[in-house]
Amino acid sequence: MDWHQLWTILATPDNVPITLLLFVIPFYTWYGLRQSLANDRLIEKLEADPALAKTHHRKTQPYRPEWAREVHVWPYLLRIEFLAAIIVTIILFVWSIVLNAPLEEPANPTLTMNPSKAPWYFLGLQEMLVYFDPWMAGVVLPSLIIVGLMVIPYIDENPLGNGYYVYKQRKFAIWTFIFGFIILWVSMIIIGTMIRGPGWMWFWPGQTWDHNRLIFEVNRDLHEILGIRNRWVAFFLGGGATTLYLVGAAIGIHKLITLTPFSKKIYKRMSLLQYVTMQIFLITMLSLPVKMVLRLLFRIKYVWVTPWFNI
Amino acid sequence: MAETNGNSGNGAPAGNGSGGKSVLTTLVEGSKEVKDRALKEIETYKKPEKTDLWKSILRVKHDETPRSRALGVLSNVFLHLHPAKINRDAVAYNYTWGMGGISFYIYIVLVFTGALLMFYYHPSKVVAFRDILYLEHDVPFGKLLRNMHRWAAHLMVITVELHMFRVFLTGSYKRPREFNWVVGVILLVLTLLLSFTGYLLPDDQLGFWAVTVGTNMARATPLLGHDGPFGLELGMTPFNDVRFALLGGSIVDSNALLRAYIWHCVAIPIIASAFMVVHFWRIRKDGGISGPAPVMLESEIKERR
Repeated sequence: MDWHQLWTILATPDNVPITLLLFVIPFYTWYGLRQSLANDRLIEKLEADPALAKTHHRKTQPYRPEWAREVHVWPYLLRIEFLAAIIVTIILFVWSIVLNAPLEEPANPTLTMNPSKAPWYFLGLQEMLVYFDPWMAGVVLPSLIIVGLMVIPYIDENPLGNGYYVYKQRKFAIWTFIFGFIILWVSMIIIGTMIRGPGWMWFWPGQTWDHNRLIFEVNRDLHEILGIRNRWVAFFLGGGATTLYLVGAAIGIHKLITLTPFSKKIYKRMSLLQYVTMQIFLITMLSLPVKMVLRLLFRIKYVWVTPWFNI
Repeated sequence: MAETNGNSGNGAPAGNGSGGKSVLTTLVEGSKEVKDRALKEIETYKKPEKTDLWKSILRVKHDETPRSRALGVLSNVFLHLHPAKINRDAVAYNYTWGMGGISFYIYIVLVFTGALLMFYYHPSKVVAFRDILYLEHDVPFGKLLRNMHRWAAHLMVITVELHMFRVFLTGSYKRPREFNWVVGVILLVLTLLLSFTGYLLPDDQLGFWAVTVGTNMARATPLLGHDGPFGLELGMTPFNDVRFALLGGSIVDSNALLRAYIWHCVAIPIIASAFMVVHFWRIRKDGGISGPAPVMLESEIKERR
């Protein structure tokens, strides 16, 4: 156990935000889901008692009939904003006094940094480079992440959960987002920062970052594992395997979004275009963990090799 | 006194002749009058809100009446994006997390510290790194300034992501706020791009290699990069593809530094500000923040449009 190495990684000034993420993301996940569960209990109570549902104010916030429905922005909101601004300013001042921004040697194109890392918020993308070629990991997938986020409101046909925390009414949406945001995005940032060392090799926390370390692992393409030499057979095999994944993932996702009677109801509200869009983005998103497993467990480099691109 | 009378002897000593008053007496009396006036006026300054100057600047009374409280927000250019009144539950921190507002505040901090940093920085390969050294060692509070700009940038990425997380968990992107979510995603991307373009500016090893890694991906862009699928077929070379456009050259050099500088300090902030204006405006037009709204039951779902 190399405590010094661990400390060097954690104490690198640019890694402080990731250390912050390690605390902040679980906290706010808990903070949000706690309110979701509270609303779930309220909804259960109201559904069991229709008479109460008619009279209840339907929030978990305290309520009295004689209270005014609205309050003045001045001072009730502005004082909060003012306080928040002061607190953020203090945090920034303390952080800036205690910790210096990193400054390395002058840029030198002849001396490669090892490991040479992108800024922390792009380390998820850099980590994807291990599993996909740059055109996929660096261009196509990031673009799909952006567009995929943008289409969320247009494919989510569930009218419930608009403006309040809830879990039971939006199980699928919440799990999908948590999977994409926390499991894929945040944890890959953490892997990229803390686990990936020189040569972008995998170093467990506490393992020394040995610049001379060599890993003798052979990553092979799918058709090589199966012993196929002919290019065209390999091409069609890879295409077949990819198609198999696409179909399998589509069926699996379809099963998931029609799992419960409620989700079936939402599914029936969706137009064909909404459904196809949702499938395309979910299949693509799922391809990342699938490729990760193929790579990390089975040492498969490419599934599909073509003269133009490799997947 | 008699002498004075004698000197101005010819003709009537106009005005002060009667009663035999001298010029000095008149002066003393006049100054007394001015003094009384001044004292009277000073009394009114004890209530500055009654002065014309005050009224011209603030326009409305700032007393404890509901009308004044509402007008105080509505008639102020910085506050008028707020409504006069909001739902009593909407100020609850546990609902909003305050991350959107904090992100905006951090953006203001970044614009402020960034503008100050621009006074000490030349986007030129020869001096850029030396400017940072100068800033750190000679400029008063230069180190604090640079630290603050960098940490605020990192913090903003975190708060923007948390803001998105909250908006998702509360389903606030649903009708009628669908498009504002799209604007928000664009703002998230712009935040990341702002941070990334700033990374190269110190011209040190860290920024240089981060940007090298980042822009190397651009050469693999399908169709538009010389290393990407179908790039060669479309005639892409290292000297005409999308990476060349980003760097202003085929390597990360002085042109890349200048481009990063202009994107970072001019172009993206303007674009981001425009989108922010739209983002905030639409919050108002969509009826303020989304909640906390009363919960809806499954039995109350209406048919689709």
